[in-house]
Amino acid sequence: MSVSEKGQIVTANRLRDGIAVFLTRSGQWSEKIDEAALALEPQAAAALESRAKLDEEATLVTGPYLIDAERRDGGIRAAHIRERMRTLGPTVRLDLGKQAEGTAGAFAAPEGV
Amino acid sequence: MYRYDEFDHQFVRERTAQFRDQAERRLKGELTEDEFRPLRLMNGLYLQLHAYMLRVAIPYGTLSGRQMRQLALIAEKWDKGYGHFTTRQNIQYNWIKLEDTADILAALADVEMHAIQTSGNCIRNVTTDHWAGAAADEISDPRPIGELLRQWSSLHPEFSFLPRKFKIAVTGAPHDRAAVKVHDIGLRMHKSDTGEIGWEVIVGGGQGRTPIVGVTVRDFLPEHELIGYLEAIMRVYNLYGRRDNKYKARIKILVHELGAEKFKSEVEAEYARKPQATTAVEERELKRIEAYFAPPAFEKLPRWSHAFEEAKVKNANFARWARNNLGPHQVEGYTIVNISLKPEGGIPGDASADQMRLMADLAGKYSHDELRVSHAQNIVLAHVKKDDAFTIWQALDAAGLAAANYGLVGDIIACPGLDYCALATARAIPIAQSISRKFADIDKQEEIGPIKLNISGCINACGHHHVGHIGILGLDKKGEEFYQITLGGSSSESASIGTILGPGFAGHQVPDAIEKILDTYLQLRNPGEEFLSAYRRVGAKPFKEALYAAA
Repeated sequence: MSVSEKGQIVTANRLRDGIAVFLTRSGQWSEKIDEAALALEPQAAAALESRAKLDEEATLVTGPYLIDAERRDGGIRAAHIRERMRTLGPTVRLDLGKQAEGTAGAFAAPEGV
Repeated sequence: MYRYDEFDHQFVRERTAQFRDQAERRLKGELTEDEFRPLRLMNGLYLQLHAYMLRVAIPYGTLSGRQMRQLALIAEKWDKGYGHFTTRQNIQYNWIKLEDTADILAALADVEMHAIQTSGNCIRNVTTDHWAGAAADEISDPRPIGELLRQWSSLHPEFSFLPRKFKIAVTGAPHDRAAVKVHDIGLRMHKSDTGEIGWEVIVGGGQGRTPIVGVTVRDFLPEHELIGYLEAIMRVYNLYGRRDNKYKARIKILVHELGAEKFKSEVEAEYARKPQATTAVEERELKRIEAYFAPPAFEKLPRWSHAFEEAKVKNANFARWARNNLGPHQVEGYTIVNISLKPEGGIPGDASADQMRLMADLAGKYSHDELRVSHAQNIVLAHVKKDDAFTIWQALDAAGLAAANYGLVGDIIACPGLDYCALATARAIPIAQSISRKFADIDKQEEIGPIKLNISGCINACGHHHVGHIGILGLDKKGEEFYQITLGGSSSESASIGTILGPGFAGHQVPDAIEKILDTYLQLRNPGEEFLSAYRRVGAKPFKEALYAAA
């Protein structure tokens, strides 16, 4: 079991289709949370956020914001259930959304239930 | 059914063209999100958890087979093959792309539909009794007034920037199936001893974080005064309604803070002021609208249908469905078919494109080509010959649409909750599914009898939990979902707000808790006493004891 690293990532919705996306280390937007750049320091988080704002102005994404997340077992897990839902799709339609398209996070949304 | 005139067509086309231009400008970066958001919301386009969501208006829940087929086409072409019927008698699509939206709005305009005023601080889709024009207990069809209000409120310049959203419901029957007492304005038709029609005007009801039952400000308003009087109410609200705090901005807060008497006198003073020479609805205009809702040409049929009675004897499943899912029609030999969109373990209100098409076909063949969406997220075929009921049931059964639980514990209202909604604090649908599975035994459901179990995934109460006989509210407790149970709510003519029973539960505990509540009811009820009546008689105590005593 690897050591968990806690920090923040930037998420947004892609402007043209509304799909939840995550800012990667190379400055791209990925549908996969596992490819998100995890900022461990507040300064790094602020840098990610300002880069995201530029992409918002460039109409790639809309409404970027920072969320708490951690690196765990090689993947990235959002702290809040709402954000985990965004990386999966509806739990009542497993045939739809990222979970059905191979772009989901590697965890269950309602853990511990 | 109402048909667009030239003006309606032109207006909806123009709006679609405007939106096409706005969306293009947004995609090119000529509009910021802050500039664009109110424009897309005015056209029913939200941004939800997984994608954009488009909410399409179905005025007073009535649509034709052709319109339903177009909704199916939209589901297939631009969404993921299904739609969600809502508690405002509308339909929502969950996987919409901004770049497709103008094309979808154009496809809606082709069949006289749109998504205007399904969001924003304006007068929203007017809802009504899903049995309108058919119910045996009805005084008169309320939909002409629904249509009058739709025309009056659509893009009304004075009422497009209200302090907050505004919802109106209308009923023409003494038994209220339209929840008029928990709307911003509820209108309830009455008939005088001399046979005149008048409207009871109820103001300031609502759900959300401050649930309140509305107060009656007029007992019997003549029909031609409706628009003038409603304008007076809207003006008082527009003037005094709070804009500083969105949680205190609904008219219910104003009515509550001013007090019903003071509010009423403000409205009467405004009404007496008569800023316009006349706001009376012309008889001619009312008649023109009424003509669109003229009853279909019913056949003269015997009250007793041999085919129907025989099918019930031969097929127990059909007999059960007939017992639970048919409503009393005002014309002999006819019945109201309630198609439950609540199959065991299913998602309340969801229908696939194929199911929509089948229902449209059935409406075309057997119900004068008209369908209704109910606020309980079911579909209604309002004018069906009893002779045809068995054939319809067979077709529904083959399509997974023959759940025989209409009005029973399996007929659960649930909002999309955290599975789709950006505002939700907890999931609602999985709770509905697990309760529905817990009570899979339809004999048990029938034993329990009529009950309304409503689930919301946040305090905004789209799932009407406050007025469920049993209400469930999903909340977020330090990142975990938990659920509060309320008892004793009702949206009927004897409306009441449910009371929280006690500490909340984790999601997986909810079905057992509901079972305990219902077992307690079965033990203490008098013969023939429905859940709500029993609760009102005995109060919360026995239910609390059953739920919490052992814990």
